[in-house]
Amino acid sequence: MSAVLTLIARDVRIGWASGGIVNALAFFLLVTILFPFAVGPETALLARIGGGVIWAAALLAALMPVERLVGPDMESGVLDQLAVRGVSMPTVAAAKIVAHWLGFGPPLMLAAVIAAGLLGLDARTLGSVELGLLIGTPGLAALAVATSALVTGLRGAGSVAGLVMLPLVVPLLIFGAGSLDGGMGAVKLLGAVSLLLLAGAPFVAGAAMRAGME
Amino acid sequence: MSDALAFRDVTCVRGGRMLFEGLSFVVAAGGAALVSGPNGVGKSSLIRVAAGLLRPAAGEVSGSPVRALMAEAAALDPGLRLADALRFWAALDAEPDGRGRIKQALGAVGLTHVAEVPVRLLSTGQRRHAALARVVASKAPVWLLDEPANGLDVASVAVLERLIAAHRAGGGAVLVATHTPIALPGAVEIVL
Repeated sequence: MSAVLTLIARDVRIGWASGGIVNALAFFLLVTILFPFAVGPETALLARIGGGVIWAAALLAALMPVERLVGPDMESGVLDQLAVRGVSMPTVAAAKIVAHWLGFGPPLMLAAVIAAGLLGLDARTLGSVELGLLIGTPGLAALAVATSALVTGLRGAGSVAGLVMLPLVVPLLIFGAGSLDGGMGAVKLLGAVSLLLLAGAPFVAGAAMRAGME
Repeated sequence: MSDALAFRDVTCVRGGRMLFEGLSFVVAAGGAALVSGPNGVGKSSLIRVAAGLLRPAAGEVSGSPVRALMAEAAALDPGLRLADALRFWAALDAEPDGRGRIKQALGAVGLTHVAEVPVRLLSTGQRRHAALARVVASKAPVWLLDEPANGLDVASVAVLERLIAAHRAGGGAVLVATHTPIALPGAVEIVL
């Protein structure tokens, strides 16, 4: 257990120190700021599409740190040293998911408040967005770590990561944006998708990291 | 008494190419084995099989489950101070008292004066020393050293030999893969 905590603390520290999280949040806010330029500044329109814009921007921002979640540890031999110490790769992956969420989820939810202000969303919509992000971002973090493990070592890993990850986030996007209309059914389905990703990702990522060592 | 490390009919295949076949050897506690051979013959793969990172295509590896690996990659966080980077690994070892072990190991490899320097500012040789310090600090009964003399000057190789001798005197076993000569008295020679 203490090994897991040690790993989580290390990954959180690296996530902040590398500036990846700040970049992702700045990117998230930039995308939400760019939308009014593209669709026009009409308040009613922005209030209607704003929630969906925040969701799409959140998914794009989640892609930014993907390349650095697993790759550097694979190259620098950290995963080898962990394996020699008997730490299983799914455990490493689970720790990375928790650490990535801690560094990415809560700051993103804070940034969503700013974005909601910029887009002129009402309080009820903002509440739905925040609830959806709270439920959806753990699944997003799980998917990011699994994708990172899968594409590590490939040439142009960053662009391949986008192609692997974006189709898989479609369920999160559908149910996340769907929950904005106030349907509890969509919230439950969002939770189901998020749990499914959380449960499966450590094993997928672990197997990919294990295969990467061979 | 059980062997510290034993290979039984181990075959290693990588990328469809057979590197070695039916390799058997035993390293007793206090013993050593020296793997030598030209580049690309599978010395590093043998070390990785011994570390459990590569699955052998056939045969089995047995012995003490606690092993320490020194490979080409340093696996130290570049942004951390050396002592902190090593402490991270000490926290994951089975042994208690990470702080004391790190201090002792840094002294043994002669890096005490750079303990507070960030890893990214260390030279290649110093990083090799640091990787060796991690092995020393782990107190693992089996050391697996892949080209430990790479990047080391003559005096440092002597330090390395002395550390290995001390480890063996304390009942530890060591498996070394190298293309540069290292004094390992009484070592089992494995030529690939």
